[in-house]
Amino acid sequence: MKSLEELKAIREKTKAEISLRDDKHDFRIVVGMATCGIAAGARPVMHAFVEELNKRKLTNAAVTMTGCMGMCRLEPIVEVIDQEGNKVTYVKMTPEKAVKVVTDHIVNGKIVTEYTVGAVTD
Amino acid sequence: MQIYRAHVLICGGTGCTSSGSIGLMDEFEKCIKEANIENEIKIVKTGCFGLCAEGPIVVIYPEGCMYCRVTKEDIKEIVEEHLVKGRIVKRLLEGADAPEVDTSAEQTDFFKKQYRIALRNCGKINPESIEEYIAEEGYMALGKVLTEMTPEQVIQTILDSELRGRGGAGFPTGRKWEFARRSVSDQKFVCCNADEGDPGAFMDRSILEGDPHVVLEAMAIAGYAIGADKGYIYVRAEYPIAVQRLKTAIKQAKEYGLLGDNIFGTDFSFDIELVLGAGAFVCGEETALMTSIEGMRGEPRPRPPFPAVKGLWQQPTILNNVETYANIPVIINNGPEWFKQIGTEKSRGTKVFAVGGKIKNTGLVEIPMGTTLREVVYEIGGGIPGDKKFKAAQTGGPSGGCIPASLIDTPIDYDSLIKIGSMMGSGGLIVMDEDTCMVDIAKFFLEFTVEESCGKCPPCRIGTKRMYDILEKITNGNGELSDIDDLYELAEGIQSSALCGLGQTSPNPILSTLQYFKDEYIAHVVEKRCPAGVCKSLLRYRIIADKCRGCSLCARHCPTNCISGEIKKPYVIDESKCIKCGVCMEKCKFDAVVRE
Amino acid sequence: MGSSSCSCSVADEKLLKLQKIIEENRNKKGALIHVLHEAQTIYGYLPIEVQKVVAEGMGVPLAEVYGVVTFYAQFSLKPKGQYKISVCLGTACYVKGANLVLEKLEEELGISVGDCTDDLRFSLEGCRCIGACGLAPVITINEDVYGRLSPNDVPDILAKYKE
Repeated sequence: MKSLEELKAIREKTKAEISLRDDKHDFRIVVGMATCGIAAGARPVMHAFVEELNKRKLTNAAVTMTGCMGMCRLEPIVEVIDQEGNKVTYVKMTPEKAVKVVTDHIVNGKIVTEYTVGAVTD
Repeated sequence: MQIYRAHVLICGGTGCTSSGSIGLMDEFEKCIKEANIENEIKIVKTGCFGLCAEGPIVVIYPEGCMYCRVTKEDIKEIVEEHLVKGRIVKRLLEGADAPEVDTSAEQTDFFKKQYRIALRNCGKINPESIEEYIAEEGYMALGKVLTEMTPEQVIQTILDSELRGRGGAGFPTGRKWEFARRSVSDQKFVCCNADEGDPGAFMDRSILEGDPHVVLEAMAIAGYAIGADKGYIYVRAEYPIAVQRLKTAIKQAKEYGLLGDNIFGTDFSFDIELVLGAGAFVCGEETALMTSIEGMRGEPRPRPPFPAVKGLWQQPTILNNVETYANIPVIINNGPEWFKQIGTEKSRGTKVFAVGGKIKNTGLVEIPMGTTLREVVYEIGGGIPGDKKFKAAQTGGPSGGCIPASLIDTPIDYDSLIKIGSMMGSGGLIVMDEDTCMVDIAKFFLEFTVEESCGKCPPCRIGTKRMYDILEKITNGNGELSDIDDLYELAEGIQSSALCGLGQTSPNPILSTLQYFKDEYIAHVVEKRCPAGVCKSLLRYRIIADKCRGCSLCARHCPTNCISGEIKKPYVIDESKCIKCGVCMEKCKFDAVVRE
Repeated sequence: MGSSSCSCSVADEKLLKLQKIIEENRNKKGALIHVLHEAQTIYGYLPIEVQKVVAEGMGVPLAEVYGVVTFYAQFSLKPKGQYKISVCLGTACYVKGANLVLEKLEEELGISVGDCTDDLRFSLEGCRCIGACGLAPVITINEDVYGRLSPNDVPDILAKYKE
């Protein structure tokens, strides 16, 4: 260790890896993973979220899972919750849609209205 | 870099390892592999979470939920339900019997009132990974000290923080460093007291196991401050996991150039060596510890000269305890003003306690100074099992004393505890209920000091033995009132004439129990009765004729065949043959056997 | 080395090991305790013959070596059993009845604390807090830890080591 900068570089790198253990995330991405969700394809959706966050080295969002959200016909359902507790519910998700949610919502703070529960009704 | 969506933290502290946490790791790996999610989940072995009574403990992030008493059989369920489906396995959560289950560990009563400074990384980082320590601001304080501060400024910062030694006596840490800085010598030493010997205290061990790098960093800072280039950690050989983690940490720190020559490109060099103790309580005393590092019988030597002037190998030396060191880097990083906000005016910061005995949540807690004993016992500790009555808490181990129920609202800080005849000590806090005999407890501690007395000075070698003999006489039912006067007299003599702290404080358990529970001594001496029903020689078992159904169950279990009678008629105990094992009382289905 | 049985080659091997450790530490300051730890790992205990080797090798009087060995609880002058039973007598364990467990062990094994059974199978000792207070009362048998014990559990536990 020759300088403080060197130490800081290690800190930043590892901090990202373990940031999951902090409560302070800007966003929580909650994927409905009950039987109905999994049957409708929630797993690849969650994978897509994890991969996309990895790819973009984003550490301000945590991907977690939850049980049945009660709207099985709209599965896979994903909720994105910000720090104030504001909740956006995306429905009928796919891996492709997940990528867009990350780029628009998580990175730019812009809700992808067309995927939300209000927009998708059949 | 790989980001995982969930981290499974498995406690690898001694408490949880003893209850089988290591086997859990393999099982998790297996089940996670079977579920095909090994690329999403990271498994981390970490340090003590503090809730040892509920071990083995597993914490899963990002939810932060804490699973307790996890067995191998539970793991498949945790993986399938929680990690695959996202459904928390509520039956395994801490406090699962309560109607409202908190799924995040931080929200449970056990953690809510705590303030973690010394334990901040324990249970959060992987103690065998220097990178994870660095990610939590590790070695930043050392970097700051070496590149931006003079040794005098470092000492001033510690002085300003008003940090006091966490090993028991509460001497201001900054003052100690200042003395050693002023001593002129080519060679000085920094020592760490990790010879945690108080029975029932395991705070230091948990820090060493959960966050070993914090001690190394703080020792290097101390080295820079006083002008030393060599450090020794004296650690108990009874702590194999801590020894292992320290070895790993020292190796890593050397690889990263955070120990060794020219740290951070400066001309400061510092090296640390590990020295294993060999099981002698007195080696926790500072001069004895240094004699032991020198490879000799660990006997204390008279002070002055103080170690800051003449310590290890006659060179200026500072010795701090593990928990004290754990506070140093945060103080450097956050500043003394931040630290002073926590705690009370005379006792700044927090204190870690190993809470044990008759309490529900046995474990490790870190509280701001000034928290009351009531809060620790009833809010953090969850109260006493079986809703028994709180009788006293013992702090300070064999050098400390008891806090009776009437003083349960005493704030826990150095001076308040001294005032009521106990002491902070290194952090053991043993809770006692109505079934604990205070004379017996005093005897327990005296037996400890008698055995651990190094024998160098007569007041301790002979005096403690005499006090022990008197207590033995009292608990055997042969006590006289003059014995109590003798105890006071001996105590005074030992306090004023023993060579080291161990000897001088050895009468404290007797004096404080005499102060608050004299009636129990009197009951033993005058009435030949042990109110708590502990001292065997004073017990009597009797069968209440009205309640006895004559089932003969007690008689069949009695090891000395001293119970006799006819079936369906009341049985009788022959006291002359009774060995007071209590099995009759245990076996009786009708509560007909009483102890008095 | 004091052993009358035909294990000379084994004994020599141990002696070589010990001499190597002494060699490595001879000139180190304060290394005596470390060397004794290692010697005990090799021999299982520290009989007077081993102490003599250490004293000669390290260049210190035998009296000093003996003084150190008898001062520290970790060093033993007597052989230990194949299964070393340690009963934690820390405060938390004591308050929860460790002494009752100890009494039961003494009764079952027919030996008292500090001794070893005649067949060298079990040795029994009380030990200082091992820090597993959450599991009090606790005993350890070699590496195995048994917690939350009552005296009634003792026979079943011992049975596991009797075959």
